[in-house]
Amino acid sequence: MLEIRCPYCGPRDETEFGYGGQAHVAYPEDPYALSDSEWGEYLFYRENTRGVFAERWVHSAGCRKWFNALRDTVTYEFKAIYRTGEPRPDITEGEIR
Amino acid sequence: MADITTAPDDSTNSSVASAARGDISVLDALRVSPAAHLAELMAGAEVTGERSVALRELPFTVQLGLRAEPGSRSALALEAALGVGFPESAGAVTGDASAVHILWLGPDEFLAVDASRRQEPGDGDAVAAALDGLPGQALDLSANRTILELSGARARHVLEKGCHMDLHPRAFAVGTAVLTQVGPVPVILHRSGEQEYRLFPRASFADYTVRWLVDAMAEFAGDEVT
Repeated sequence: MLEIRCPYCGPRDETEFGYGGQAHVAYPEDPYALSDSEWGEYLFYRENTRGVFAERWVHSAGCRKWFNALRDTVTYEFKAIYRTGEPRPDITEGEIR
Repeated sequence: MADITTAPDDSTNSSVASAARGDISVLDALRVSPAAHLAELMAGAEVTGERSVALRELPFTVQLGLRAEPGSRSALALEAALGVGFPESAGAVTGDASAVHILWLGPDEFLAVDASRRQEPGDGDAVAAALDGLPGQALDLSANRTILELSGARARHVLEKGCHMDLHPRAFAVGTAVLTQVGPVPVILHRSGEQEYRLFPRASFADYTVRWLVDAMAEFAGDEVT
């Protein structure tokens, strides 16, 4: 089981968390200007990165707060954990091996 | 609220409420706590002696849900109304565990508990009024969770059968409270004394949590297996 360091509560077991998919997917500035396929891409198309991946997690059994994490999808290692609204740390090590 | 309800038995309800304000026994005759039907089971499961452990419910304890950013004017107003400051970090508890104390639930979410008395209608109104238009919330959540008090020399061992948190005294000192899981049940776990833990399961989980704990306590009634 993964141990995830919640930025508010500290290290907790993975079972206390929920997964929220890719982070930093910006809401379209003008959704009405999008075509159906562009809207579909916004809603459903996500990266499938091999290596360091920015993703969202929620500490659902604890403080119930969302936060972002950089996780290596090959080793499952958490490279960085940062609060919502903070910029993505500049870590690319391990990408494509 | 009595002004806008038109139910035929409205007058009966409001007279019950006003009678209950002065006399808590009237109110207690009308309500049943989530683990009341298991009182005998809990009493029968008590273990005395060297490997002591006991379980009881603290019914109808006053619990107020508080939402405010620490340090903000809202937080200061709530703190002044309660007479207790907000805890500053995860796991921290401020105040007196036998009276009014505040548990940290999230960076902007807290639970004020008054263990010295039972909930009455209108609890929390005074605290909510202190906000007076400021952003934030104070709400009587007493019926959301009940409190189970697990005490005794083996209380920690009982919890360790199903809790992932490190409950060793060096990591989980007296006056620590966290949101976590015991068995599969999400609870607030508060170490309120040297050998005393309070579990706050939601009301609908109370029955299962009591049975889970009683089962976990059974081991200590017999001789230690070596």
